[in-house]
Amino acid sequence: MQPIISCRDVHKTFNGGILKRKKPVHALAGINFDVRSGECFGLIGPNGSGKSTLIRVLSTLLYPDQGQAHVCGFDVVRKPYRVRELISRVSVDAAFFKKLSAWENLRYSARLYGVPLRIARQRALDVLAELGFSARRFNDSMEDLSRGMQQKVAVARALINRPQVLLLDEPTTGLDPRSKREVEAYIQRLRNQTDLTIFLTTHDMYEAEHLCDRVAIIDKGRIVALDTPKMLKRILARKRGSDHVSLEDVFLELTHKEWVDAEGDDDGD
Amino acid sequence: MQRIPTLEPMVPAGAEPRMRLRFLALIERNFALIKRYIGWEVVFVFYNIVNALCIAFIGVTQGKGHVLYLVIGALIWGFLSLLFHELAEQVQWERWEGTIEYSFMAPMHRLTYLLGNCFYAVVYGVLRSALLLGVLVLFLGLSLKGANIAGALVVLVVSGLSFIGLGLIAAILPVLSTEKGAQASHIFQAVILLISGVYYEVDVLPAWIRSLSVASPATYTLRAIRAALLEGASFKELAPTILLLAGIGIVLIPVGFAVFSLAERWAKRTGKLKRSG
Ligand SMILES: Nc1ncnc2c1ncn2[C@@H]1O[C@H](COP(=O)(O)OP(=O)(O)O)[C@@H](O)[C@H]1O
Ligand SMILES: [Mg+2]
Repeated sequence: MQPIISCRDVHKTFNGGILKRKKPVHALAGINFDVRSGECFGLIGPNGSGKSTLIRVLSTLLYPDQGQAHVCGFDVVRKPYRVRELISRVSVDAAFFKKLSAWENLRYSARLYGVPLRIARQRALDVLAELGFSARRFNDSMEDLSRGMQQKVAVARALINRPQVLLLDEPTTGLDPRSKREVEAYIQRLRNQTDLTIFLTTHDMYEAEHLCDRVAIIDKGRIVALDTPKMLKRILARKRGSDHVSLEDVFLELTHKEWVDAEGDDDGD
Repeated sequence: MQRIPTLEPMVPAGAEPRMRLRFLALIERNFALIKRYIGWEVVFVFYNIVNALCIAFIGVTQGKGHVLYLVIGALIWGFLSLLFHELAEQVQWERWEGTIEYSFMAPMHRLTYLLGNCFYAVVYGVLRSALLLGVLVLFLGLSLKGANIAGALVVLVVSGLSFIGLGLIAAILPVLSTEKGAQASHIFQAVILLISGVYYEVDVLPAWIRSLSVASPATYTLRAIRAALLEGASFKELAPTILLLAGIGIVLIPVGFAVFSLAERWAKRTGKLKRSG
């Protein structure tokens, strides 16, 4: 079967501005992988390893310098409108018009996607109810909502157009424990009860292990391992000759050990 | 297992009812924003009206004929600069809020998106200008006897096209840079104000600045509208200017769209759509 997302040798380098004051960053250094239809695919990696950059390439917001990325067989650079009809995205920072209400923001998205408002409203309310978002807050302005609630609205926004592929970029980073659980439980339900394909980036090992069918580990723009969480652990266990290996051990084993945090995480996204 | 009602098996593409007039997204959103920032809106409108009144009263000190001359300048400039400014402002908003990535990854053609912004700018500009006109008439009791009002309106509509074109070009500035973009578009606007003879004849300008005035569509607009309203110039007399302005508009609008999509492509290559980038 044709993969629903495929990346072949995807490269992306950011130059240090027109004046070249900063040195170039090789954010993606030859990415190859396929995502199967209907699976929940996890991408884990340290800050600055290229996760969000890859999501932006798949979202048609960033052109790769080299290589190809396809969603449902459509090239993200050549057929961006086809791709956009199939995807949606939740990013770590819920970007909204802060003074507008949750519904006004969702309405705007519904119109951008051409979803009739009546249908959009019902869908949004359904998703929000399942996320434990009180319908009473639906008309409150975004700036009055907690971070967790904002992120739930972001999830509702991403489902308003019934995408086939949902791109989740650290959707639970920075949420309080309860909101985090609620969002995770909802992702779990989407995975189990729908044919939606989910592409999830995270550095939460629990999410990688419990929500994802397969996990790729990315480091410095390269995928260094890709398998089911179980297999990833088994490989390291065999190598170490020990039974007690967690996914976190695998992560720490395979990703760079020096602290190169500063540059990689300019806005936490 | 409980089903998730919102995510029932996908209907085949196209089977779902689709919304028409999607460009209304931009208009609805912008008026919603005005409603939420109503305090600022009142301040801007108030300032705008007082400013125009002050300019009109300068005219009063100079004798009756000058009042209408200056009022026309204030009104026309108010309208054209709003068209120009609002277009860049809409993109600027999306940059500040970080929603631009979401708007640009929606399956809406960029032309539709920009058209929505243009449409909003026109509606908003007409409302603001009508309000200003009402207040000016109330305070100054302007009389337009013998004026070719229809002619003036045609000139205004046609020149609106070229300002939409200029606005589309200015709208790339916030795409290129969040902060410097807004600064650059204000400078651009100020220069047009200076060179176009909004409150004075361009003849009073030093020669080198005056030579720039031929490049501004506002120069022709103001000259023609003043001729129509102050001297009752006929359609026949206005025709060359109307044709010229229509020509500028017809060239500038597609140029604006083209430049915008070039800027978008540049931003996608360099990663500039990102909030902090
Ligand atoms: N738009 C951009 N402009 C310049 N540099 C960027 C941009 N986006 C990401 N980078 C850089 O690319 C690298 C990877 O970033 P990112 O993909 O955001 O990492 P992650 O999401 O894994 O934390 C970082 O060094 C980051 O600073
Ligand atoms: Mg990131």
